[in-house]
Amino acid sequence: MSKPKVAFYWCASCGGCEETVVDLAEDILKVVDAVDIALWPVALDFKKKDVEAWAPGEVTVAFINGSVRLSEQLEWVRLLREKCPIVVAFGACAHLGGIPGLANATTRERILENKYFNAPTLDNPDGLQPLTACTVYGCDLELPEFWKDVKPLDEVIEVDYYLPGCPPPAKTVMSAVTAILEGTLPPKGAVLSPAKALCEACPLNNTKPETLSISEFKRVATSTPDPGQCFLAQGYICMGPATRAGCGERCIRANMPCRGCFGPAPGARDIGGKMLGALGSLGAADTEETSMVLADTLVDLVGTLYRFNLPASLLKRQYTSGTGVPPVM
Amino acid sequence: MPDQQFEPKIVGFLCRWCSYTGADLAGTSRIQYPSNIAPIKVMCSGRVDPTFVITAFADGADGVLIAGCHPGDCHYSVGNYKAMRRFPMLAKLLDQFGIERARLRLEWISASEGHLYADLVKSFSEEVRALGPLRWKQRIAPLCESVDIARSQAATV
Repeated sequence: MSKPKVAFYWCASCGGCEETVVDLAEDILKVVDAVDIALWPVALDFKKKDVEAWAPGEVTVAFINGSVRLSEQLEWVRLLREKCPIVVAFGACAHLGGIPGLANATTRERILENKYFNAPTLDNPDGLQPLTACTVYGCDLELPEFWKDVKPLDEVIEVDYYLPGCPPPAKTVMSAVTAILEGTLPPKGAVLSPAKALCEACPLNNTKPETLSISEFKRVATSTPDPGQCFLAQGYICMGPATRAGCGERCIRANMPCRGCFGPAPGARDIGGKMLGALGSLGAADTEETSMVLADTLVDLVGTLYRFNLPASLLKRQYTSGTGVPPVM
Repeated sequence: MPDQQFEPKIVGFLCRWCSYTGADLAGTSRIQYPSNIAPIKVMCSGRVDPTFVITAFADGADGVLIAGCHPGDCHYSVGNYKAMRRFPMLAKLLDQFGIERARLRLEWISASEGHLYADLVKSFSEEVRALGPLRWKQRIAPLCESVDIARSQAATV
């Protein structure tokens, strides 16, 4: 009997998710024993026409990482959706928009202006900008369209499962692959990670005092947390209460408060809203004036609370012509 | 020029013990006030998860009012202090998203302050009318790529 085939594909991503597959280490041999890799642009050369030639269902699973911002990415993910019975959004970007999703805090025009005209290291005397079509030495060339905003994968195609994380830990990937091979997958639409908040799994949970009382919010950019003590108790914004568990608490163990890459904990539709609710509960202020002072110590709330999921949040993006201060580009 | 045709849609989260009772009093006292507000009874202003407010704005509200017992009067002793601390944080977050701070109000209304509730709805409706419609989805639409979507129903997490 021939082995089932899987495909890996990337959209707007950094390559870290591909790295996670390599991080499977010797487990990769088990994977390769059990399946054939039919597509993996980072490691092997494939052309679009090869994929177009697949019979429907020939390749069982497509693991797609990265968010979607280019017309070409849409073409590819639609093609893979058409061919593969199971599509897995692999990693925070495909799941929720991820770090590239923070581009939804600005506009396409600002991005292009900065990239092609204002960047300090730039030398572009002719004012060149990317075009979707141009002619060079008599040849017609095409480039994909750069969209106005970033979208998570499930906004453009139907997604069967989500593997969260930036990147997903090798253990989570391995158990997902095993579940697919053994046919023990949970109901469609599931996030393949434990259904509880990170705090429940946190090694620092027992250092959390009975009641938290934050009088000032601190940032890891300007001070260093005490290792071995609950970050929230120290006044650092740790996304643990609103974030799904299953990451192996890698950041916490490296003295870095949770930044929320696993996405909302079950029951939290909007991670930023839930986290803001928690921060308000934990504050020490008891008058309107001191509440304002406490809120003033918070910096870049959108970037902090929606670091990995702005495109999948309720408001989806920033409206930059409002009274909000536009981000520094 | 404010659009005279525009009727602001305001969502009000009113605490069951003080503010909702205050709103009831405004009604039973037959005080006239604009019908722009859709009051929602919550057990406490401290129960108002910022997600509720964000959802209201995302789904088309032009303004949101959170009203609870005066500080010190909370039925659950400290719920309204939570609302008090969340309010400036939430206003700051919404401001960064591009939703004007004046679209969100936090007020203390006791069960006996029906007139205050009516005055508040009047003044807040006028303020939001002057700001104009928010219509979040339409507002951001020019900044979003529209794609024919087959969004999975199961995909909501």
